Amino acid sequence: MRFDQYDTGNFYDELFEAPGVPRPGAQLLVDRIHSLSEGDILRRQAAAEQALLQMGITFNVYGADGGTERIFPFDIIPRIISGQEWKAVEAGLRQRIEALNLFIHDIYHDQHILRDGIIPRDRILSAGSYRAVCAGLNPPKDIWCHITGTDLIRDEKGSFFVLEDNLRCPSGVSYVLANRQVLKRTFPYVFHQSNVRAVVDYPSHLLETLKYLSPNMHEEPTVAVLTPGIYNSAYYEHSYLAQQMGVDLVEGSDLVVDNGFVCMRTTKGLQRVDVLYRRIDDDFLDPQVFRPDSMLGVPGLFDVYKSGRVALANAPGTGIADDKVIYAYVPRIIKYYLDQEMIIPNVQTYICEEQDDLAYVLDHLDELVVKAANESGGYGMLVGPHSTKEQQDDFTDRIRNNPRNYIAQPTLALSRAPVIVDGGFEGRHVDLRPYILYGKDIYVMPGGLTRVALKKGSLVVNSSQGGGSKDSWVLAD
Amino acid sequence: MLSRVANSLYWMGRYIERAENVARSMEVNSHMVLDLPGEASSQWAPLVTITGDSAAFNARYDVATPENVIQFLAFDRENPNSIISCLSAARENARIIRPTIPTELWECINKNYLYVTRTAISQDVFESPYEFCQSIKLASQTFLGLMQVIMTHGEGWHFSRLGRTLEHADQTTRLLDVKYFILLPTVDHVGLSVDDIQWAAVLRSASAFEMYRQKYGVLLPDRIVEFLLLERTFPRAVLYCLDMAEESLRKISGSAAGTFQSLPEQRLGQLRSELMYMRVEDIIAQGLHEFLDNTQSRLNVVGSAIHQTYFA
Repeated sequence: MRFDQYDTGNFYDELFEAPGVPRPGAQLLVDRIHSLSEGDILRRQAAAEQALLQMGITFNVYGADGGTERIFPFDIIPRIISGQEWKAVEAGLRQRIEALNLFIHDIYHDQHILRDGIIPRDRILSAGSYRAVCAGLNPPKDIWCHITGTDLIRDEKGSFFVLEDNLRCPSGVSYVLANRQVLKRTFPYVFHQSNVRAVVDYPSHLLETLKYLSPNMHEEPTVAVLTPGIYNSAYYEHSYLAQQMGVDLVEGSDLVVDNGFVCMRTTKGLQRVDVLYRRIDDDFLDPQVFRPDSMLGVPGLFDVYKSGRVALANAPGTGIADDKVIYAYVPRIIKYYLDQEMIIPNVQTYICEEQDDLAYVLDHLDELVVKAANESGGYGMLVGPHSTKEQQDDFTDRIRNNPRNYIAQPTLALSRAPVIVDGGFEGRHVDLRPYILYGKDIYVMPGGLTRVALKKGSLVVNSSQGGGSKDSWVLAD
Repeated sequence: MLSRVANSLYWMGRYIERAENVARSMEVNSHMVLDLPGEASSQWAPLVTITGDSAAFNARYDVATPENVIQFLAFDRENPNSIISCLSAARENARIIRPTIPTELWECINKNYLYVTRTAISQDVFESPYEFCQSIKLASQTFLGLMQVIMTHGEGWHFSRLGRTLEHADQTTRLLDVKYFILLPTVDHVGLSVDDIQWAAVLRSASAFEMYRQKYGVLLPDRIVEFLLLERTFPRAVLYCLDMAEESLRKISGSAAGTFQSLPEQRLGQLRSELMYMRVEDIIAQGLHEFLDNTQSRLNVVGSAIHQTYFA
């Protein structure tokens, strides 16, 4: 199957630097694909999908008879990133996480950054993700954001930008690991020869990170993953990570606060838990402190956390740093805490609460991407150039009614990568979500989840909006 | 081990065993009816009786045609004991305990379930259930083999074996009960080949035919009952299952052989030792049906005790 007809368009293409000319590092892969027939490629694609289905990495399609399950769409042509490029990305992510962690700690303590007027105080207090109950808390080792997934994009010149920070419960890392497992079977020779950096050790790094937080100095820490349960769309990931780390996967109902400690109900009675990698949102953690109607959490958990007898990863309250309005201040946050220039730039962002920005945004709705400040997953979003007049009017009302809740960004010409469509290759827009762990050191996973907007021309890569994924190869130098 | 996880391991074992038993009965029956003269189609109803779900069947199906019975036993999601329901439940439990079980074990269960959902929408199986039943049995045996060789034989493993062996003991009593009930009244047939065929089918449903032949040769109802209930060396006999279940309970609690610490151990030990010292003549004398009924109730008591002690 050949790339001869493949059109890179007016975009930065991840695999080809010019039509017919693979990027350095991609030559082997392109040669291999050229040597295979269309039937071969399609069979490999089908085998990869079958493997993911058998691994059980599926979601339910509701309303379909017999409880149909589907895999998240996966394309077998990997995305390749050179080792050189990756160095800068890695340094930029470390810098960003370090600064954001200092920022969160400051916000819940002395608030120097507000007193010094770098960020207006009301921007923080009005954020839906600000947790007043976290003020004065000291999480173990002063680390708040232990696990982060940062969304990166490239513009038409190929420069990386940070599009979004995800510091609450970012998901998707299990797809990175599963995609890799499948791709190693799909292109074993090319994979081996290309010298791809490993991601398979992520669970070990994660376990190290979690153990490092343990408040229990006397014993080997007991770590558990807290899940909302098997009906959660990310349940596969929760169970997979627990399994790979060899720790218990617990639900709220398995936990109880006993005598000042968080304990699991086991067949041998109650057993103390030291570290919880919680995959439920702040709001549902503890009905006594957050939402009283939560059935997913553990009554009294927050008190134990406050007293330092259990560690939570991520710490409650980290959401303040991925509010989309606060995002606009990250360059200033990095400068303020680290006295450094930002390595990976932000995308230019208009804050609708600022008068000038608001006027500009409302005037240019058909060109901009508008996002709700406290939402994720591609919800609450307007992609101007692809929107109708009604949608724009709707957003005009929404923005006017609640300017704090909206930001806008220029519509970027996201880079593209080839995917298999109808027996040929077509370019589709992609982003990249590497995962960063903050424990004793900061670990940046080499690669991450490449999400693909499978709909032709679409810029929205979220799985809930018709996105798929690819394996991401970061090459060793 | 988390109580919830122990509970799921136990039920995963039970459901996989249950699905296999249904498949086994279906397969044997489809072969048997081919050998029976005339009234063959009436021989599908007892399959529903074994599961104890006749009322549910009659509520939704007119006649016990082969198609209806196969649909009900294999693919009817509203029947909680159908193969598809059992494997779906086994898979849901396996999903809950994914972190506890090896990936290969999960994939085995998942693949099997996906196979059943695919088969459910094709019509081939009604023509000949043979291949389908073989696949279910094979998957169940693969599951057992994987459990045996790649999972730590620790607490979780014992909970799963506990569930499986108790389920199997229960299934065997049901199988015997139904067949004995059907066979006994047909005094006319005694000594005829029809009877032989049916008794052979009972043994085959428990995969016991050849092992029985090796031990006793001739098909004698009392010996068959003895073999399926009291044979200590045959893995599908009730007493053997209870031995295994008791051993698992002791491994879970840490009791020494011949002692007990918990209610389920006490109840199961009591039942197991009665069976161990019982003669088949005693059983027949007191009435096989009464005996089997009593055994089933006491297995239920053991089940409840396990729930109270470990899962509640």
